[in-house]
Amino acid sequence: MPEGDVSMAEESNNGSGLDYIMSLEDVPSKLPPHLELFKTRVLCNNDAPVHTETIQYSGAYATLGVDNSVRLDNFCENFKVEVKRLTDSDMEFDLIGIDPAIANAFRRILISEVPTMAIERVYIANNTSVVQDEVLSHRLGLVPIRADPRLFEYPENAGDDKNEKNTIVFKLHARCRVGQPRITVKSDKLKWLPNGSELPCEDVRSNAGSKPKTFTSFTCSQDSLPEFSGNSISVTYPDIILAKLGPGQEIELEAHAVKGIGRTHAKWSPVATAWYRMLPEVVLLEDVVDEVADELKNKCPANVFDIEDFGKGNRRATVARPRDCTLCRECIRGGKEWEDRVSLRRVKHHCIFTIESTGALPPEVLFTEAVKILEDKCERVITELS
Amino acid sequence: MEIGSYSDQSKSTFCLVDEDHTFANSVRFALNQDPRVTFCGYSIPHPSVTQVNIRVQTTGDPAKEVMKDGCQDLMRMCQHIRSSFTDAFIDFKRTKTDTKQDMDTK
Ligand code: SF4
Repeated sequence: MPEGDVSMAEESNNGSGLDYIMSLEDVPSKLPPHLELFKTRVLCNNDAPVHTETIQYSGAYATLGVDNSVRLDNFCENFKVEVKRLTDSDMEFDLIGIDPAIANAFRRILISEVPTMAIERVYIANNTSVVQDEVLSHRLGLVPIRADPRLFEYPENAGDDKNEKNTIVFKLHARCRVGQPRITVKSDKLKWLPNGSELPCEDVRSNAGSKPKTFTSFTCSQDSLPEFSGNSISVTYPDIILAKLGPGQEIELEAHAVKGIGRTHAKWSPVATAWYRMLPEVVLLEDVVDEVADELKNKCPANVFDIEDFGKGNRRATVARPRDCTLCRECIRGGKEWEDRVSLRRVKHHCIFTIESTGALPPEVLFTEAVKILEDKCERVITELS
Repeated sequence: MEIGSYSDQSKSTFCLVDEDHTFANSVRFALNQDPRVTFCGYSIPHPSVTQVNIRVQTTGDPAKEVMKDGCQDLMRMCQHIRSSFTDAFIDFKRTKTDTKQDMDTK
């Protein structure tokens, strides 16, 4: 063995192996461009997308001498958030430098694990409408309620006790008098009862004299609690149709809302939907000029391309709005020459995240709550293992 | 719950109840990024049982410690995501009110 090799082996034993190898001159510190492309982009070809997987394993490129591990500080350095659109119920933002595994965890948590309040029990005193009790109850369950679920407790924790900390009571009483036209019962007919249930429990009716026992046992009125002063509880949308009443028909009921999560039933899901998509990237592989440029611009239904005019009738196509690309692949249809002109890609680690809230909480709060839930999960496992 | 062997602590399976793809997939990601991990994968034995098995094999360190570090990393990642999100949100709100005021004054 030549002397040089011996000293090399010794050194790598002394220093930490990988660092030493990485410091050698002939070891590339970066992936060759084609591998970098496959690692960071999904190529959306005419027939099928390729390189859709994310390469997570830290030693995936070990034979090339490239370290694929992501250290925490590395992640923190590269991670960025950009809010793009914000209304009371909708939000769109970009998560840049995040792995789809994490983005997907947030999406799943938003849909099925962030709690809200929803009507769970309906006590029907009278229902002569054509809508059956169970159908009406189900409709009521799906009505979004504007109440901060963080101020309430799960009913499971309280046993059978239905108190002001875990129950919201609504009353609905609607009647259509004989001789009047039909009426539509909408969700604004649901009136909040901060003092709890008003319906007496039947089995204690004999106990005359004392206050009749109801279906809840509130110790105080909810609107006297500091957290509800100023923001009274109501349904989010006043115009959801619950039932229609003909002359002589009547509905009288009480609905009790409790805290729950979307995994139990979709009525507790705080989002209408939450989703993410990867950032589209449209690349022109060659200069597309003149008539072909016009053709390309006209091909795209999402109007992604613009025409750049640089005098003397010379035109060139440019990619102006890649974000609008719907991946319809219209621009690469029409023969091999089009596939060679345009390359459609998706950036794997750039997620465009959209949240549509049902109205219990604003979307930005929903997202932070979702992240907190994932943190709690980690913490739980750490404590379980130690 | 951890299922492994006393003689070789570098390989273990962790059975987590009340968890699903949400946690298992994210922690698999976190663990795979750790150079000490030679293999990490997870499975859900039955779709109606809320349980996941996460398999971790390392180059020598105890699998339990590596698993804990993975969770720790994931947690700090989440904290960072949360703070950057809040910053971005406040920024966005501010610029929005600024432009609105600009338009009002015009
Ligand atoms: S895939 Fe469709 S939307 Fe995207 S650039 Fe091509 S034609 Fe336009």
